[in-house]
Amino acid sequence: MHEMGIAQQLVQIALESIPKEIENPKVEKVNLRIGKLAAVVEHSLTFCFEIITKETPLETARLNIDVVPVMVHCKSCDKTWEVIGPVFKCPFCEDGDVEMLTGREIEIISLELAE
Amino acid sequence: MEINIQKRVLEANETEADINRKFFKEQNVFVLNMMSSPGSGKTELLCKSLKALMPKIRVGVIVGDICTRNDADRLEITGAKVTQINTDQFGGDCHLSASLILASAKELGCFDLDLLIVENIGNLVCPAEFDIGEDAKAVLLSVTEGEDKPLKYPLMFRVADVAILNKIDLLPYLDFDAKLAKDNMKQVHPHLPVFEISAKTGEGFEPWLEWLAMKVFEKTGK
Ligand SMILES: Nc1nc2c(ncn2[C@@H]2O[C@H](COP(=O)(O)OP(=O)(O)OP(=O)(O)O)[C@@H](O)[C@H]2O)c(=O)[nH]1
Ligand SMILES: [Mg+2]
Ligand SMILES: [Zn+2]
Repeated sequence: MHEMGIAQQLVQIALESIPKEIENPKVEKVNLRIGKLAAVVEHSLTFCFEIITKETPLETARLNIDVVPVMVHCKSCDKTWEVIGPVFKCPFCEDGDVEMLTGREIEIISLELAE
Repeated sequence: MEINIQKRVLEANETEADINRKFFKEQNVFVLNMMSSPGSGKTELLCKSLKALMPKIRVGVIVGDICTRNDADRLEITGAKVTQINTDQFGGDCHLSASLILASAKELGCFDLDLLIVENIGNLVCPAEFDIGEDAKAVLLSVTEGEDKPLKYPLMFRVADVAILNKIDLLPYLDFDAKLAKDNMKQVHPHLPVFEISAKTGEGFEPWLEWLAMKVFEKTGK
């Protein structure tokens, strides 16, 4: 539902990153990393991105999303593991204090330009 | 040709949130971000909580809705300072951003407050993603919404510092399993404090108000 806002930020960062000296830049791919637990719906993001990039260097760009798994660490028993379902209980010591290491990222990694 | 960027897309909001955190620290006010689905009882809970907390704890409220001033009007009756944000002027956003919060907090004036409560837009997804520089996040779940919500919206329950199970006065009329709902919250967030209350009857308010007063004291010394 807030994918439009995320798409706008994304486009702003992407456009600012294209060096001025490149004439008629054409971006083919935008590489992103999105955590599995981030509140981003991929097809909504793609839809919003397409709407707002008309007549910009990003018009023909494809969003290439690398999904980041949810990795957690138990501060009580010092174990690290990947969370598959929405269960964050420590399976090793049961009552541990669990922190998320990855899985919330919404990051733009790079742009790939047509030669 | 590849252009390397490596940036967080919501960096702008995160920067604003840091500015807010600094401002709230200077003002020595504790900020609670209250979130839930539409209609879980945020405004009702606040109305009752404000009546109990004030004047000992001085409370201000920023209330976010897509449209209308209804919630602000309900809250103002308690005597608290209240300001309403309507996001339809900003594209009908489904959450409050950090920059909107700072503008409202300044408009409200925080120097004479101990506690600032932000009633976020009714939505279990988007507000969880946007830091507003708060000290704690609270999530409400009402017993009419189903026990599985923590598992369906794990981010919200993961980022929350406290959860409230509301409308327990309705339990006798429903099949809702309160223990299962709490267990589901603890699956997502093992040490999450959960308070079972009825914003309508006032049942269960004591421990919730104590928790809140303690948090305010820990930060502000007031
Ligand atoms: N029976 C019962 N009804 C409640 C309780 N708390 C709230 N309600 C009712 O539920 C409805 C919604 O409550 P609100 O306080 O407006 O909910 P909200 O979360 O602020 O809603 P939005 O701001 O629209 O997202 C109102 O009719 C309240 O009177 C409760 O504990 N028990
Ligand atoms: Mg409300
Ligand atoms: Zn453990």
